[in-house]
Order: sequence, then structure tokens, then C-alpha cells
Amino acid sequence: MIAGSNLEKVINSGKFVVSGELGPPKGSDITQLKHHAEEMKDHVDAYNITDNQTAIVRTSSIACGSTLVQMGLEPIIQITVRDRNRICIQSDVLGAQALGIKNILCLSGDHQNFGNEPASKGVYDIDSMQLLKGLKDMRDENCFIGGDELESPSSYYLGAVANPFADPFEYRVDRLEKKIKAGASFIQTQCIFDIERFEKWMEMVRARGLHKKVAIMGGVTPIKSLGAARYMKNNVSGITIPDSLIERIKGAEKKKVEGLNVCVETIQRLQEIEGVAGVHIMAIAWEEVVPEIVERAGLYPRPKL
Amino acid sequence: MIIAERKPLEEIAAMAAPYERICVLGCNTCVGVCMAGGEKEAEETAALLRIHRKRENQGGVVEVFSLERQCEYEFIDQVLEKLKNYDQIVSLACGVGVQTMIEHVPSLRVVPGLNTTSMGYPTEQGVWAERCVGCGNCVLHLTMGVCPITRCCKSILNGPCGGSAEGKCEISDDIDCAWHLIHERLSAFGRISDLEEIQPPKDWSSSHHGGPRTSVREDVRIDSGE
Repeated sequence: MIAGSNLEKVINSGKFVVSGELGPPKGSDITQLKHHAEEMKDHVDAYNITDNQTAIVRTSSIACGSTLVQMGLEPIIQITVRDRNRICIQSDVLGAQALGIKNILCLSGDHQNFGNEPASKGVYDIDSMQLLKGLKDMRDENCFIGGDELESPSSYYLGAVANPFADPFEYRVDRLEKKIKAGASFIQTQCIFDIERFEKWMEMVRARGLHKKVAIMGGVTPIKSLGAARYMKNNVSGITIPDSLIERIKGAEKKKVEGLNVCVETIQRLQEIEGVAGVHIMAIAWEEVVPEIVERAGLYPRPKL
Repeated sequence: MIIAERKPLEEIAAMAAPYERICVLGCNTCVGVCMAGGEKEAEETAALLRIHRKRENQGGVVEVFSLERQCEYEFIDQVLEKLKNYDQIVSLACGVGVQTMIEHVPSLRVVPGLNTTSMGYPTEQGVWAERCVGCGNCVLHLTMGVCPITRCCKSILNGPCGGSAEGKCEISDDIDCAWHLIHERLSAFGRISDLEEIQPPKDWSSSHHGGPRTSVREDVRIDSGE
């Protein structure tokens, strides 16, 4: 056991792990976020709290994570390298631990060009790989990136993201391996719509035995409408949606129902793929459907460990 | 070389508006080659400025000439007496040229007529691409001659990131993914395993983040006063 978080316990138990996602609001009233957290609390093992996702200014991930801790729930705080340099990131990680946060997900973050402050200066002092390695060393070697020693030990469970749908495809498994080496204990993937490509990636992952070194959680997003699917296909970085899926939603009488069906089917298929440790459900702006998805996918109740 | 673009005429005209005797001063080296601030562009800018001022019923004169380089004192000295005749000089040099002028002759009023954009080269006639940000600690030997600090929008050292699709960057289809190019070249040269190594955080203190930089070569300095 590294940090003793619930996420870590469920992963270590070998049970199929489930995480949800909460996006902080563009204002300081987080009532809605708390409500969504309550709504799915029996259906997920932990919640990602996004860090100014798509480079849009929102309430801080750590502040919302701390609120969840106070509610007795378990956050996975996301940390991007877009907005903070190594001084600020390491300081925030210390602060997050002081607030009882035990899971950290490291990522680069969407470029500031995508968000509501496109004139801002991107930081990118370190990259996501260096972030992982830096936080691993803070925890395991008790030293900051600059080499100075910490005054008290650190403890957190570290995760990273992987995008099997990015190019060059043949590099994507190399990159996963590198992230494991850098310190990732769990991986959440980009939304899976092209399950064939995901399976191909997993085959390569298994061929190198990487699924035994890291817990791979497949990312899924329920499609709410045809417009949402088209938007993701054309505008969200790193996502690919096959035309056949667009056609399926287009042909369906009830788009929302079909979107949920696709999501549930994907999770069921993920459970059959050797080496997939769990699912990460990103139902942003549609959080209320998470319990239904989890139940229909046969993943309810969640283990109490 | 240094790449620049001319500021919009309205902006230049507004800077010159309060003055009577204006000089548009071209610079014939880098910005001359990238067709932003050389002799020809200086003539053109002066002509446009004259028309603009006439239309706005502003009097005065707009004259024009060019230097070989505004970033060296000896070239500035060649025309120094002439420059002193003007209320304002619209410099069509890069930002370095403008500053060299006022440091050498503090009494001059010099404003920039260009926006200095980058260090790069012409990839084809009329297209200049940025290739160096002057980070002060070159990594091109690690990246097969493709600079990730300049050409990757996130300046990452362990790429390509998850936003790379079909060889393009997530921020625009017009931008090649630098790490895709690096990956391609490493593959071609049988060095793909180079990517396994985690490149450590960069020391940015050699870049502008360490403060303004001054390079000193003691061996070529000329002792004075001895």
C-alpha cells in the first residue's frame, strides 16, 4: 500500500474499479458539484476533480477536492503543468496532502489557446512526465525537483493519463511504459469510442506485460446528443469518434438512450479485456446518469474496503 | 535570422501624429531579408504615412533612409547627425535595433514600426517559420535537429503528448507536431529507444526566465584605459 486511498485499495483488491468525474464551476458556489458528488457516491470509488479543464477558469481542483474530503468522499485531484511552475505545483501538492487528499492525476492540460483566457502565458515549466517523476521523487526520495529535502514525508497515490487514440500509434505503448517508469500507479485513458483501436493498444500493452505494472482504467463518456458527439469529434483534443458511432446515434429515435446504451456496452466490453483494471466515467454536464450506467454495467454495489 | 512584421499603419501613424519631423528608418539586415523593414519597406511605409497624414490634415515632413544595421553603434554613427534633425524616428528594425539606437543616443525619440516575432527562416517565398527561442541550452542533439522548445506548443521534453494527431498539434492543423517529427527522425535513424529515457526538467535559468542575458567573451574584449 502506497497511500492507502480507497482507489488504491480497490485496485489492489483486483476488483474492477470505477471513478467518476466532477468539473468545478466557473464561480465559487460549489453546491452543484457537492450535489453531484452525493448523487454518485455509492456508485464510484473516487472522483476526478478537473484542473481548469479545457483551459477555462474554474474553482480550483484542490479546493473542491478538500470539500469532498470533508464530505467523507475521495477525490483524485488533477494537476496540469499549464498554469503552474515547479515551485507552485510542489507547494500545491504539499497543501493538498495537508488537506487530506490522497490521489493525484498528472497531465499536461489542454493548451491555453482552447480556453477563456487565450491571451494568457502558458507555463509549461515541466512536462507531464517530469511532473510524475518529480512527485514520485518527492514521495519516494523525500526530495524536491531541485534536490532540496522535504521536512516531512509525503504520501499519495499517483496516476497519469494515456491516449491510445493519439499518434504516432506505435509510440503510445512506449509512452505508457515511460509513464509507469516515471511513477504512475494507475492510468486513466482518453474517452474510448473506437473500441477496436483500444483493444489493439491493450494487446500491445499485454505483450509487454505493462498491465501487470499499472492499473489501466478505460475512459468513457456517455454521448448526450448528436451535437455533443460531433462537437467532441471535431473540437476535443485527442478524441476520435468513428463515423459508424455517429451514424448509430443519428439513426436512433431516442439519442440520449442510445448514448447511454453505447456507454454501458463499452464498459461491459472493457470488463472482458484482459488487463483493464477499471473504468473512468466522464459524464460532464450529465452527472446524474452515472448511477444508472454503473448499475447497468453490473458494477454495483461498489466494494467497501 | 530575426523575423518581424510591420505594425498596422494606423498604429504607426498614431505614434507619429504629435510630431512634425518624422524619419522612417529602415534596417537592411535581418528585417530587410524578411521583407519587413528594409530599404524598400521603409520607402513604402513613409509613402503610406505621408498619404495618411495628408488625409488627416497633419502637416510636417516624413523622410526616409536606411542603415545596414541599427543594432551596431558604428552604423548608427554614420548617420547620427542626420538623425538628430527629427522629432521622431520610426524604426523599422527589430526590437534590438530600436533599443540600440536609444542606448547609443538617449536624446533620440525612437518608436518601433515593427513587431519582432521570432528567429527563423523562410520555408518558402513569403513564409517565415520560427525555429529558435534562444533558450540558452540547446537540445537539438537529443531531438534529431527538431527543436521541441520552439516547435512544441507546450515545449515538452518528453513527447509526443496525447494531443498529437496525424502529425499535427492539438492547437492547430497548421502546426506540425514537433515530437511527431522527432519520433519520425529517430525511427529513421534507428534511435527510437532514445525516447525511453525520461528527460529531466529543463534548467530555464539559461533562458530569459533567468533574467536578461549578457554574453561576455573576455578573450575578444578590448582593454581600455591601460
